[in-house]
Amino acid sequence: MISLAEVGFAEATWILVLKSLVIFAVIFAIVPVLTVIERKVLGRFQQRYGPNRVGPVGLMQPLADALKLIGKEAFRPQNSVAGLWALGPILVVFSGITVLAILPWGNVQEIGNGPVGLYGIDVSIGVLYFFAFGAFAFYGLLLGGWASGSKYSFLGAMRSAAQLISYEVSMGLALLGAIMIAGSLSLTEVVEAQDDVWFVVPQILGFLTFMVAGFAEANRAPFDLPEADAELVAGYQTEYGGMRWGSFMLAEYIEMVVISGIAVTFFLGGWMGPGPGFLDPIWMLLKTLSLVFVFFWVRATLPRLRYDQLMSLGWKVLLPLATLNILVTAVLVVVF
Amino acid sequence: MSDRRDNGSQEFPYLADAVEVISVQRGPTPGGGGGAFRAFRETLRGLKTTMARVFEGPVTIQYPEEKTPVYPRFRGRHKLHRFEDTGLEKCVGCSLCAAACPADCIRVVAAENDPEDRVSAGERYAAVYEINMARCIFCGYCEVACPFDAITMGHEYELADYNRSDLIFTKEMLLADPLERTPLRREGE
Repeated sequence: MISLAEVGFAEATWILVLKSLVIFAVIFAIVPVLTVIERKVLGRFQQRYGPNRVGPVGLMQPLADALKLIGKEAFRPQNSVAGLWALGPILVVFSGITVLAILPWGNVQEIGNGPVGLYGIDVSIGVLYFFAFGAFAFYGLLLGGWASGSKYSFLGAMRSAAQLISYEVSMGLALLGAIMIAGSLSLTEVVEAQDDVWFVVPQILGFLTFMVAGFAEANRAPFDLPEADAELVAGYQTEYGGMRWGSFMLAEYIEMVVISGIAVTFFLGGWMGPGPGFLDPIWMLLKTLSLVFVFFWVRATLPRLRYDQLMSLGWKVLLPLATLNILVTAVLVVVF
Repeated sequence: MSDRRDNGSQEFPYLADAVEVISVQRGPTPGGGGGAFRAFRETLRGLKTTMARVFEGPVTIQYPEEKTPVYPRFRGRHKLHRFEDTGLEKCVGCSLCAAACPADCIRVVAAENDPEDRVSAGERYAAVYEINMARCIFCGYCEVACPFDAITMGHEYELADYNRSDLIFTKEMLLADPLERTPLRREGE
């Protein structure tokens, strides 16, 4: 078998399978809850309660939503390209889930009769993996939008593709500073390099750039142009319904968790926190969720940007800022 | 130009001493480092504003469980009244309410009172008294028109029903003490 990348620490295959199942289960338990939390948080920001009718304090709302979506008729527009149209949402969800594999939830721990790394897999090219599969979502959007055979879908898909590509650049450059200080592309080593001080302190510019680019990457407000309902109906998801549309939404929330997780890993000390080692995943989760809360907060605050503003922010503000950040970091890393 | 101005001041005397030059206040020019800084600062201000709303707490009234109290003069579902001492109906079937009703939703059929078994205090009584709540606009003219204060507007507003025919309220329904489901606003609330 050809090894595609160096692996920092590897266990038996059955442990890997078990770990991926656990990560999968946890994320898929969190994401539906996030949808209802988002609606409740948005409600609080607007001085109302949000959903509170289904189940205790409305927590069963995602169940009702999912049942409704699954129960819908799986229709397909006449103009659409059958196979590709169905492939769109699959690719988007796939690209979100794959990144979960490298998010480190903790260091290597002694569990049972041997050491187990509290992550899917620790590869030496973690950041590249993240960007490769993060950019993969763009194929899903473009394919879904184009294969729908509708001009609104197509325009929305073009927009999201342009947006994703523009912000991918700033996002990568924003992480570069942290990578230079850590001297590694492996996410666990990046976290371990933050033992003394979290990278958010020396890399505050990189952190802010990454978060702004992350909002755009996840197609979240204020950069939710692909689904600018006033002009594009719902962008690339216009012709989708039922659980196919639900998959796009699911991917959006997974993406949000992933970007927050990466931001925590690179800037907020990853799993680091007081307490014994088995608390590490809890710390990681708490930090990630508090960044997800920032996503909600920003959504409740900022209006949607115009398309040219989006582009000029990406290319004229974020990119120079990220480049400046790298430049200064590089000089400092060499000098000290 | 000056002629037109003079005509204007004759026609509109208040324009005579209007200021001719109005200074427009403009914001700083967008873009550049200053623009980016201002955008960032204003974003933070916005985030602060929304977070302050969270701490103020929701203002929602959870309707079916909580209800907004109504004012004493609130015009809800009608009530027909009886004399408290004798128990006779106040309505004498004069149909003035029906005549006053702009929505034409009141139907009154009057009948002569039997002296042995009186229904109302007057000569006649309302044998049929129906209000079609689907048509009623709750203007309260019936209440104003009634010479005996036999009909008044109550506080009830939860009148939705599944059938139009169920919205026609008969005399018995209007006479019965309605379940008071609506909280009354206290003094000064």
